[in-house]
Amino acid sequence: MAEKPKIAWYWCASCGGCEESLVDLAERLLTLFETVEIVFCPVAMDFKKEDVEKLPDNSIAVTFINGGIRLKEHEEMVKLLRRKSKIVVAYGACSAWGGIPGLANLYTLDEILERKYLEVPTIDNPKEFLPAKKTVVSIPEVNMKFELELTEPLPVLRPLDKVVDVDYYIPGCPPTPDVFWNALQTLLGNNLPPRGAVLGALWKSLCDECPLNETKPEKLLVKEFRRVDRTTPEPNKCLLAQGFICMGPVTRGGCKALCIKSNMPCTGCFGILEGVVDYGGKAISYIGSILDYSPMQEEEIRKAYDKIPDWVGVIYRYTLPASKLRHKVGLEFPKLIKEMVEL
Amino acid sequence: MADFEPKIIVFACNWCTYAAIDLAGTSRLSYPPNVRVIRVMCSGRVDPQFVLEAFADGADGVIVAGCHPPADCHYIEGNYKAYRRFELLKRILESFGIEKERFRLEWISAAEASKWVQVVNEMVSDLRRIGALKPKLEVD
Ligand code: SF4
Ligand code: SF4
Ligand code: FES
Repeated sequence: MAEKPKIAWYWCASCGGCEESLVDLAERLLTLFETVEIVFCPVAMDFKKEDVEKLPDNSIAVTFINGGIRLKEHEEMVKLLRRKSKIVVAYGACSAWGGIPGLANLYTLDEILERKYLEVPTIDNPKEFLPAKKTVVSIPEVNMKFELELTEPLPVLRPLDKVVDVDYYIPGCPPTPDVFWNALQTLLGNNLPPRGAVLGALWKSLCDECPLNETKPEKLLVKEFRRVDRTTPEPNKCLLAQGFICMGPVTRGGCKALCIKSNMPCTGCFGILEGVVDYGGKAISYIGSILDYSPMQEEEIRKAYDKIPDWVGVIYRYTLPASKLRHKVGLEFPKLIKEMVEL
Repeated sequence: MADFEPKIIVFACNWCTYAAIDLAGTSRLSYPPNVRVIRVMCSGRVDPQFVLEAFADGADGVIVAGCHPPADCHYIEGNYKAYRRFELLKRILESFGIEKERFRLEWISAAEASKWVQVVNEMVSDLRRIGALKPKLEVD
């Protein structure tokens, strides 16, 4: 019997949803395990970095990497895996374009650490400890000392393809089981698409596969923008035509309009269409087109935009680190990360 | 920053501002040479992506200029769209830390060569004051 193709799976800055989506393959997992050999998968199996280092170069058939690159460790691991793999796939929105953790690119590392370790209402940190490169924990009762070394955070989050060459992309936050399964068949088959292709999804926008597309008027104009946390959308009517910001027009199709079928506008997790260089910029283009006021109605326009408190979060929810600007300009170098802290 | 020369990208509508820039030349008006003018058929043709790309690739300032509303746009509502996009793009640029002086939308008719000169003068002096835009970090 021919050797089974080797598969690896690695996680970077992610929430766990992409790993979950692997489990969501359900019965199909059994077929997967029959056809491939998994050589590395920290979420589920106990392999170490050394195990990957021992593998010959190019010996892994496909490595799936989910999450964005936010730590030195991520950078090291993806470079190692790139060397060991024939094909590297950016799996999910964070790996492909930065995803939700990428929205932190609007803040300095210091601001992020302060927020996370000192300010959020759910944190209980009376001594105001912050993570340091090295943490020493002493337990005087038993006369023992432990040392923990943490990897360093990088100043901003980057999508995988800004760090290593990426062969293919699988979109979604997370990718749906069908999308992943279709992509797997393509990857393990003999007919590989051109490098850089997005696997398992459509070429056209979400609107194209949306069941509400028929109700979208030819000339779509709205007087106000609405929010789902304030108003429930009418069912069976194009959400954008009702004033809810639906990212369908600029988002890649392929999810089978999951959110729309639950009466929620699309937030854009299938990401960027072919030919678009800045997802948010493209979104501004159509959002500006549908607002039904003339430049003489400055006040009305301002009020309409004021209804949405966080426009960046709406139009760049999954793609900020892959945008033209990538992060806030002039982010300063972190000062809060200390060499050592003693607990 | 005595010798900082700001770079300004201008997207100028063919029917009005581009003609005003020509007129400024034939009338021998002088203005700072910091502008790079790109002719477009209408201010409504200016995709916000162009502006973002200009800033990312080293522009210190961007001007989008078109025909006066309400009725001068040759494509009826191109300038309406330009204005509404500009209002949103302005907010986005602010979130990215790009100062408001760096991005202007102006209505300049074919006859308003002196307005063109004034806009360029103002922007150049604003940009000299706030300095160069540095959109890249070392990790980029
Ligand atoms: S805008 Fe949204 S709701 Fe309307 S057709 Fe497109 S995807 Fe469907
Ligand atoms: S509707 Fe939009 S946000 Fe929802 S799953 Fe599909 S692409 Fe993602
Ligand atoms: S033709 Fe000049 S702005 Fe439309």
